[in-house]
Amino acid sequence: MSEVQLTSDLIQWKDGAADWEEAIRVSAAPLLQQGNIAESYIDAMVENIRTLGPYILIAPNVALPHARPEMGVSEAGIALTVFNEDVAFPAGHDNKTQTARIFICLAAVDSDSHLSLLQGISQWIDNSELLNRLLEASSKDEVKDLINQYS
Amino acid sequence: MKILCVCGMGFGSSLMLKMTADKVIKKKGLKATVEATDIGTAGSTPVDLILTNNEFASQLKGGKSEVRAVVNVASEEEVEKAINDFLESQ
Repeated sequence: MSEVQLTSDLIQWKDGAADWEEAIRVSAAPLLQQGNIAESYIDAMVENIRTLGPYILIAPNVALPHARPEMGVSEAGIALTVFNEDVAFPAGHDNKTQTARIFICLAAVDSDSHLSLLQGISQWIDNSELLNRLLEASSKDEVKDLINQYS
Repeated sequence: MKILCVCGMGFGSSLMLKMTADKVIKKKGLKATVEATDIGTAGSTPVDLILTNNEFASQLKGGKSEVRAVVNVASEEEVEKAINDFLESQ
């Protein structure tokens, strides 16, 4: 999966987050630090969930925070964060609170160039063994090793 | 038949869902087109089947198109089940 360049700086392992909003900000922090995205992009991701509900949950336990490229992306990229504790999202239409622990923050510049990124993410979340092992990880190094091992 | 994959922005999980649906359609040898779009425009395009997450499924149900929810957008098994379920209901 050479398309997804997930360097050590873009992988995080965290105990937990106060709420889903903090979790989104934490998951985006590496991309902000590397200059891929601006603060406005993070605000847009949070605002989208407030408006549209928890639509970023793409698989059990997996969230894909993202917003539109024009909200402040200068370079495409993804950052992976595993939270040790469940992050709860506001209940949507079905009134069920959903939680996630694996956050894949996505920054895309245009629809075409990020197809390969999405393909890479698809391969991860279609691999239940990898997901289970990520959920069991207890350090950043473990997460990093797993990603290397399964990529 | 026409399948529409729907997510919040129209280019994140809906594209991943489209990739999965394309694989299933190829595997099953179905004649179908798959498009991805955002929740804002989804309701205005009548299609045979809408594939989306639980959240948007409950918002889109009751319209002209059949709606099936998918939990894991990368799961071929789940998407195949949704498509089979739709075909059997026709």
